[in-house]
Amino acid sequence: MTDRVPSSPKMSARGVNVSYGGTPAIQDVSIDIDMENVTAFIGPSGCGKSTFLRTLNRMNDTIPSAKVTGDITLDGEDIYSAAMDVVQLRARVGMVFQKPNPFPKSIFENVAYGPRIHGLAASRPDMEAIVERSLKRAGLWDEVKDRLSDSGTALSGGQQQRLCIARAIAVDPEVILMDEPCSALDPIATAKIEELIHELRGRYAIVVVTHNMQQAARVSQRTAFFHLGQLVEYGATDDIFTNPRQERTKDYITGRYG
Amino acid sequence: MNSARTPTDWKGTAMQARIRRRYRSERAFKLAGLAAVILSAAFLAFLLVTMAWNGAGGFTRTEVALKLDFPAMALPVTPTQLRSPAADLALSGAGLKNAVETAGEGWVSDSAWMKVRDAIKADPSMLGRSQVIWLPASPAVEAEMRGGPDAGLEVHVLQSRGLVRTGFNLDFLTASNSTDPTAAGIWGALKGSLLTMLVTFLIAFPVGVLSAIYLEEYAARNRWTDLIEVSINNLAAVPSIIFGLLGLAVFLGTFSLFGHTIGPLFPRSAAVVGGLTLALMIMPVIVIASRNAIKAVPPSIRDAAYAVGASRVQVVFHHVLPLALPGILTGTIIGMARALGETAPLLLIGMRAFIVTPPEGFTDPSTVLPVQIFLWSDEVSRGFIEKTSAAIIVLLVFLLAMNGLAIYLRNKFETRW
Amino acid sequence: MNAFALLFLIAGLGLIGWLTGRARAVRFDRGARGRVNSLPSQHGWYVALWTLLPALLFVAVWSAVSPGLIRQAVLEHPAAAKLSDFAFERDAVIDEAGRVAADPRASAFNPIAAELAPAVREARSRYGWMGGGTAMLLAFAGGAFAFSRLSVDFRARTRVERWVMLILLLASLIAILTTIGIFLSLLWESLRFFSAVSPVELLFGTHWSPQVIDPKHPGASLGAVPLFWGTFFIGAVIAMIVAIPFGLMSAIYLTQYAPARVRAWMKPMLEILAGVPTVVYGYFAALTVAPAVRNLAVALGDTYASSESALAAGLVMGVMIIPFVSSMADDAIAAVPTAMRDGSLAMGATTSETIGRVLIPAALPGVVAGVLLAVSRAIGETMIVVMAASGAANVTLNPFESATTVTKQIVDLLTGEAEFDSPKTLAAFALGLTLFVITLLLNIFALRVVKKYREAYE
Repeated sequence: MTDRVPSSPKMSARGVNVSYGGTPAIQDVSIDIDMENVTAFIGPSGCGKSTFLRTLNRMNDTIPSAKVTGDITLDGEDIYSAAMDVVQLRARVGMVFQKPNPFPKSIFENVAYGPRIHGLAASRPDMEAIVERSLKRAGLWDEVKDRLSDSGTALSGGQQQRLCIARAIAVDPEVILMDEPCSALDPIATAKIEELIHELRGRYAIVVVTHNMQQAARVSQRTAFFHLGQLVEYGATDDIFTNPRQERTKDYITGRYG
Repeated sequence: MNSARTPTDWKGTAMQARIRRRYRSERAFKLAGLAAVILSAAFLAFLLVTMAWNGAGGFTRTEVALKLDFPAMALPVTPTQLRSPAADLALSGAGLKNAVETAGEGWVSDSAWMKVRDAIKADPSMLGRSQVIWLPASPAVEAEMRGGPDAGLEVHVLQSRGLVRTGFNLDFLTASNSTDPTAAGIWGALKGSLLTMLVTFLIAFPVGVLSAIYLEEYAARNRWTDLIEVSINNLAAVPSIIFGLLGLAVFLGTFSLFGHTIGPLFPRSAAVVGGLTLALMIMPVIVIASRNAIKAVPPSIRDAAYAVGASRVQVVFHHVLPLALPGILTGTIIGMARALGETAPLLLIGMRAFIVTPPEGFTDPSTVLPVQIFLWSDEVSRGFIEKTSAAIIVLLVFLLAMNGLAIYLRNKFETRW
Repeated sequence: MNAFALLFLIAGLGLIGWLTGRARAVRFDRGARGRVNSLPSQHGWYVALWTLLPALLFVAVWSAVSPGLIRQAVLEHPAAAKLSDFAFERDAVIDEAGRVAADPRASAFNPIAAELAPAVREARSRYGWMGGGTAMLLAFAGGAFAFSRLSVDFRARTRVERWVMLILLLASLIAILTTIGIFLSLLWESLRFFSAVSPVELLFGTHWSPQVIDPKHPGASLGAVPLFWGTFFIGAVIAMIVAIPFGLMSAIYLTQYAPARVRAWMKPMLEILAGVPTVVYGYFAALTVAPAVRNLAVALGDTYASSESALAAGLVMGVMIIPFVSSMADDAIAAVPTAMRDGSLAMGATTSETIGRVLIPAALPGVVAGVLLAVSRAIGETMIVVMAASGAANVTLNPFESATTVTKQIVDLLTGEAEFDSPKTLAAFALGLTLFVITLLLNIFALRVVKKYREAYE
């Protein structure tokens, strides 16, 4: 598959700074996120890649001391403007977390949660269709179709994470943010999630934060390297891994630090 | 992968209306939460203001200047009698009470004659002349001075002549109980409370802290320690009145062991019985708080002490206990505050006696401040409403100080590691 | 001998033991090794503990046994022959004699008690000296024994540590002994009560009027169903209708919405509200709330409304419980992992949707357990109902009518002028036992739920 660079990016950030209670965490980051692409954020731990990810659907709002400046747009709309409704934003920009966090409800209710709060299903059969479609897309349907009323917390770690992905896609987001989605999982579960990311790519803009360079190389088309709160280099994944322009990127990729 | 993606129309009118509705319920919910907090705060404020409003009067007293013509009273007492210890008896036997009441004409309180008696004892020569003495005013005059109903005594006339004054009532803090609201004070009850608290502290603190140390540092995890732990947790939630029944049955010796009553171990109404009862009540509070404080001391400190060859007792008493002490003290203060405000168990063990003289020791009959409040609240006389509220203010001041100290300690020493 | 003087003397001996033991150890010849097993102060503690513990143990046992001996001695007094054969009456007279003997100012109501008083005094003094002397002797002997064992190689430290462990164990046993003591004392007095009144009559009888008891059939007017109903109605219904919404909403607001500064002020305020003594709430209920509730009832057309209504007591009790419910709910909500909250917010849920659909369902076991503990506290609450509720035992659903509670009746039964052993006063212990068992069951159940729930998220 070749890279297709669309005329206008799905999300774009310009000169973004984030600070926690005065301490800067992200400095002057500008980046474009494209539709139907997987973008990987890599970098050593503490480099700010997760912090930046959380600014993309305003999850930083839940931390009172966090302050975000600069412009971030979704389809050209400023997501930090007063006119932007955070509830709609988060429905359009979904998120999957580092540790699987299913709600202590049934599998069905976990997936139905988003459509229900946003009023996306007109009827019970409608809702069942959404749940089934989401679970199928998340590659979980065959494993759970006979026990939809079991608790979501009773699943294995990898299944829980795919349930969280199903939960995220049930509201038809345009962008899916994944914050180290495999870091709590074993290699087999990781492979399944990576496969899933690959399949989902055609429908959404996906951003994956990872500290695992092989994973970035495997799943992404574009890669951004963060270091000490700055975006060091951003480009096609192949270029970053085979021919990095920056010295710091090269050192990280060859394992000089990290 | 079936069915094509149908993008959600976020801008559609239906969806926009739905989002507006969701935000409305969000605001309503948040307001409901705020209202709950504000109403709770308002209740506290209302309670405190009511008490302060009613109680302010308890700390002031109206006095009337009364001219007493002692030669005209012709009290049959001799100077020798006045110097003897039986002077009180002699003066009341001589009809001083009636004489003062007659002279007071409803202006002075029922207990005013005792003031006169004390004045005569201090200066026996008074009996040979007429003398102006400031005496506590009767409840009716007191009420009129505070804007109450007209007592029919033309108070303002005397007031304009400077014969009525209102001032701080020091007697309220130094006197003991009395049937006359103008003479009643809280010192007796306060002293009873202090004695009771002392007994409570001396029993509950060492036993509570020591058992916490045992449970945290020594006890092996087995059925017995589980049993002790469950009992302590449950004791903390047993209604206080049950401890009153326990105190009644055990300490007052009505508990029949092997078929015969074992006679009173302690006199009824004594501070020592109340203290023991309350000690049993707050011990679990102290144990639980101490255990949490000891648990919070990181194992690395214990390891470090063991590594230099300290014995178990030395590790506990030199390292763990000092570090846990702020938490232990916080829990102890909270427990003691609870004991200080407790009423029901003390009612049952009989600390509700009418105590005119402050207790001198742990075995003297005594009462405590909350019980005094309860007893006064039952009095019909209007003057006791003020006294009750004033006593509540004194009690709340003590409790606020103790709770404030506990909160301060907790915030100051909160998790340093 | 005066108990305080005795304890003081024993403590003095202990101090002397500590000083001499330490002084002797200081002078030990350390020899060539230069190191000894134990420090001088540990030798001191060894002597002190041997001085104190046997003597104190004896005092404890003696103070439990001697009343029985005194009683035995008194019963041998010639005047005791005149005592009634009925155990209740006999015990009452002996109790009175004991009171008269203790307080020379008191005068005896019963002439036999006055005759027995000197015998009681004499027996008390005799056994007092006997016990005191033995205790002092034990203290001295223990100290001397320990002192004689000290030597340079004596392992005082190990022995002292073993003693310390024993003391700690004893301290923690007191907790369990208290529980057993409560249960036994309540059970014992209740059994005496149930020998006159059947438990079925007490627990299922519907007529409660202890003022008029038929001596031939006391159970007929001691049916506690109206009390149970009143307790439930005031404590578990009215109070909870106030406390649960206010407490829960306060906790939600303070944990999920309030800015840090507001929280820093509001939490101590709620703690203060929790620290106000119940007698103050009771006074407030009786003085301010009860008349207001009555006026309201009259305005609503209920002209016979009681001024000691169930509603007034229940309302104030509910307010008293608010901080308790709030802090339990606060703990329960705080125990839900933040990942759950983030997960819901990241889906585009509003805060209230997150609370209502994720946090509260996840925290529900903890919240329910907190409510159960609150109910157990409300039904055991005494002063508010003593001061604001009525003594009339009604089974009613009208909150403006009067209702009475178990705790209120216990206080009324035991603070009356009746003699101690009548079925009327013993009924208080049977009610106490019922209350104890109910609250204990509620607590055990709630604490178990809380524990399970905490483990689920750890």
